[in-house]
Amino acid sequence: MSSPVLTHLVSDIVAGRLRVVDLTHTLAPEFPPIVLPPEFGESAPVRIEEASRYDARGPAWYWNNLSFGEHTGTHFDAPIHWVTGRDLPNNATDTICLDKFIASASVIDCTREAGEDADYLLSVAKLRAFEERHGRILPRSWVLMRTDWSKRASDPVAFQNFDETGQHTPGPDVEAVRFLVEERDVIGFGTETIGTDAGQASHLRPPYPCHALMHGAGRFGLQCLTNLDLLPPTGAVLIAAPLKIRQGSGSPLRVLALVAA
Amino acid sequence: MRAAARPYDDVVVAAPVTIPYVRHSIKSAHWFLAQALAKLIEAARLRKTDIDGLAVSSFTLSPDTAVGFTQHIGLSPRFLEHVPMGGASAIVQLRRAARAVEAGEAQIVACIAGDTNHVDSFRLNTASFSRFARDAVYPYGSGGPNGSFALLTAHYMRVFGATPEDYGKLCVAQRRNALTNPLALFRKELSLEEYLSARLIADPIRLFDCVMPCAGADGFLVMRRATARKLELPHARLLAAIERHNAYPDDPVQFRGGWALDREALYAQAGVSPKDIDFLEAYDDYPVMTLMQIEDLGFCAKGDGPQFVRRHSFTTQGSFPLNTSGGQLSMGQPGAAGGHLGVVEAIRQLIGAPLGTQVRKARLGLVSGFGMINYDRGLCSGAAIFAAASGRKRGHKR
Amino acid sequence: MSASPPGSLGSGQRAKRRNPLVPLKPPSVPPSGRSRAAQGLTAAAALGILALQRCEDCGAVQYPPRDACVQCLSAKLRWRPMRVGGELLSETLIRHGQELFFRHRAPFRAGLVRLDDGPSAIVALHRDCEPAPSRLRVRLVLDKAGQALMIGLPEKDTPDMADDSLIRDTTCAPRARKVLITDAKTKLGRTMVEALLAAGAELVWAGFAAPWKPSPHLDALGALEPVTLVPLDVSDETSVRELAGSIGGKVDILINTAEYHRPGTISSRPGVETARAEMEVNYFGLLRLTQAFSPALKARAADAPVSSTAWVNILSTRALSNDPAHGTFSASKAAAFSLTQALRADLQASGIRVINVFPGPIEDEWNALVPPPKLSPAALAKAVVDALERGLEDVYPGEIAKDLIARFLENPKALERELSG
Repeated sequence: MSSPVLTHLVSDIVAGRLRVVDLTHTLAPEFPPIVLPPEFGESAPVRIEEASRYDARGPAWYWNNLSFGEHTGTHFDAPIHWVTGRDLPNNATDTICLDKFIASASVIDCTREAGEDADYLLSVAKLRAFEERHGRILPRSWVLMRTDWSKRASDPVAFQNFDETGQHTPGPDVEAVRFLVEERDVIGFGTETIGTDAGQASHLRPPYPCHALMHGAGRFGLQCLTNLDLLPPTGAVLIAAPLKIRQGSGSPLRVLALVAA
Repeated sequence: MRAAARPYDDVVVAAPVTIPYVRHSIKSAHWFLAQALAKLIEAARLRKTDIDGLAVSSFTLSPDTAVGFTQHIGLSPRFLEHVPMGGASAIVQLRRAARAVEAGEAQIVACIAGDTNHVDSFRLNTASFSRFARDAVYPYGSGGPNGSFALLTAHYMRVFGATPEDYGKLCVAQRRNALTNPLALFRKELSLEEYLSARLIADPIRLFDCVMPCAGADGFLVMRRATARKLELPHARLLAAIERHNAYPDDPVQFRGGWALDREALYAQAGVSPKDIDFLEAYDDYPVMTLMQIEDLGFCAKGDGPQFVRRHSFTTQGSFPLNTSGGQLSMGQPGAAGGHLGVVEAIRQLIGAPLGTQVRKARLGLVSGFGMINYDRGLCSGAAIFAAASGRKRGHKR
Repeated sequence: MSASPPGSLGSGQRAKRRNPLVPLKPPSVPPSGRSRAAQGLTAAAALGILALQRCEDCGAVQYPPRDACVQCLSAKLRWRPMRVGGELLSETLIRHGQELFFRHRAPFRAGLVRLDDGPSAIVALHRDCEPAPSRLRVRLVLDKAGQALMIGLPEKDTPDMADDSLIRDTTCAPRARKVLITDAKTKLGRTMVEALLAAGAELVWAGFAAPWKPSPHLDALGALEPVTLVPLDVSDETSVRELAGSIGGKVDILINTAEYHRPGTISSRPGVETARAEMEVNYFGLLRLTQAFSPALKARAADAPVSSTAWVNILSTRALSNDPAHGTFSASKAAAFSLTQALRADLQASGIRVINVFPGPIEDEWNALVPPPKLSPAALAKAVVDALERGLEDVYPGEIAKDLIARFLENPKALERELSG
């Protein structure tokens, strides 16, 4: 039995009535990774080493050996990533229910605020203002915080934006996270920066609220997204399935958005 | 004081042969040595099996020694010596062979030396000449004996006042002696001006101070006088011989050789003195060594070499005939055979059959050998005095 | 005053540029065969010491190296430092070399020297040495083949004496050369750059990884005219290859300061990720650098007027014997040390010197808990410049390193126990 929805989906894509937008940065060694204080264990960087390239190591074929941490490049955070989510059922990349990998998305435009203040924190007020214009945020949907931070990706220093007090990147405040989880039942929160939390989120109470509260409630994170400026405030559908890593805490992935043309 | 060696009991040398020297050869040392042996057998009208003693010297016989060479040529000697002593090999072979024939351990000993010279063999030989050379000479770029002898030559000049003209005079005289020798590789007259204006190789050594490495072989037979008479072979008598190795190790730089230690024994054994000697075949790779041999063998005092040079002509028919075939400087130096050249020339002079010009009234000849620049100096020295066989007074006809 | 040889540099001058249409001169090296005993000279020369065999039984000093005492035949021969003077007895100017290396350099001087401690030695003579008889200084250095060479120097320094080809062939002076320092973000890296500039380097490429991590040292270097900051992450093959592609053909001296170090015993941290990160930088990083940079370095070893000359590795005394308080770091440095030996073999035929520096603990954040004395970055940088200028191969800078190598050489098992205490 075929489904008319699926038939239409494909024909609309073919006909250009639906656009596929790539929300993913190219996975490459030079893409800025998450940086922790050096006393902590570090994420392995992305490394692509040739196994052969039509040469003595393999005359007719080219392939690479890859290595990277689970949280490199454009990547997915599973609830098991944070201590608050460690005992939840179906909390890892290999056990999350598949249907959660496809969901609609609201895109909150914070470009102006983030442009003025790198430490900008998304508030409940901002979310409510969004809802006033675009309607209530749907349960089981992604909320994506658009900051245009991804446009800094070619300048790793500006992208990381460290100074002597640490990293300065925008993110949600504690109440906004609590609101999205408890009042709106979102499936997860996505950002253009390295981390779903703000660069200075270690100073919030609790620290890293998006990690602590989202993952504690079994929700997900998407980080280092790009092209959010190509999405409408509402109506886009995200396909975001991480690698099926056993007990994976996350993974680099290809994030696709389906958008009405 | 060492005990005097027993005099030789009627030991003679005979049948001097030379396989003509060539600059380069594609043949092997085995070929040259075999040809020398064949020529000895032919010259003495022997059967191969008559040779029951063999002494071999060669730098290029590797990986063989005298042992492998016996099988190569099908000889079964009861006396065998491998003498790797460079320019002292002839004297050392002679000494071993003389005592062997005296003791009856061999009847006829063939003493041969030969080397080939491929285009690159000089470099390869010097690169692996000795452990000390490899460790402490070759890395300094002197590449073979030129550099080492340059140091000895410069030192001798500074301390004893030798001049380039003194060295040149010896080279010019030896070239004169070579002019009549059909086997000499160099038979063009050399003037002192040419000598002095020739290019420097390793200061103060000039081109004509250096012997030319080449391929070739020499040989002679050692036997009792009775044997020689039975074979009707012209021969010369061995009166005395010395050898010494690593003499004066504490001299910081070599200015004398083992001859100085042993010359009294040499003349005592022969019953003659330096003034009785009619000609000298000195080991002449680099004229400074000739000067040292003249001094150390008692022809003049240490340091008087330059004055001695200025007093004599050194030509075959002049005063103090020296290296009467032209020496290695004119004939070339086939590796280890360089030391045999002097012995075969002395025999030829004493039996009246020189390759070139005859020394007048040649009755007593002294041959000196020198070899093995192991590190900074030559280690092996030797000398022998030969006498013409018949009649002390009578000269020989050619 | 003798004239400078062609291609020499007056002090303070910039190197003349090479004519790009003239083919590159292929490197040649002098003969390298030596007896095992003579390698004792090599070991001393690697440290910049003039050492000869001395008999423990009768005290005789001998040269060339032997397997028995030349006086009493004792086998108890020890390499001992000797007085560094002698008398020149005789000299020659060699105008024709047999080996290519010497042919390229002829004419050159050689002399026979009576060493103050007794034996006579053939030495390579500096052009400014007085004619015999004269006093001179004697040094044991490494030649282009990496083997010991005894050289005679004038008793007193002469102007521009470093321009003699004998000195240039046996040293790796940074003057007028272009240098890559693989990690300049640390205090050590910065100090190294500054020391190389002070030693006359024409240009220093200062490598930096992780550009988002701020470094006051790098900022300071960026302001210097002869310094070019270049991105280089030795743990990333692409990064290494890209930099080699852009500057590899110009680097004369490579100084690998890149290091990853996390203190701790092997049981203090579960898993292998930190150890792997150490290996990625300290071992694989070196391997990536060798693969990317050594081909051009080898090819330019005889370039004129300025040639490639040296590769410096900052290792650690912990490479020799594991310091359990830095267990995995020590192991990664031991791996790197082993690799440097392979690198040395690889570069030998071109005459590029591989200089290994084995500092004790350096004053940095990863040795914060190590009690003093520690080696300052400035002292380490000075030791590197000194090693380049003298052409050393093994360097143990500072008191701690000297103490450790002495203990290691005397009894490696004892050192192992002492470090575990």
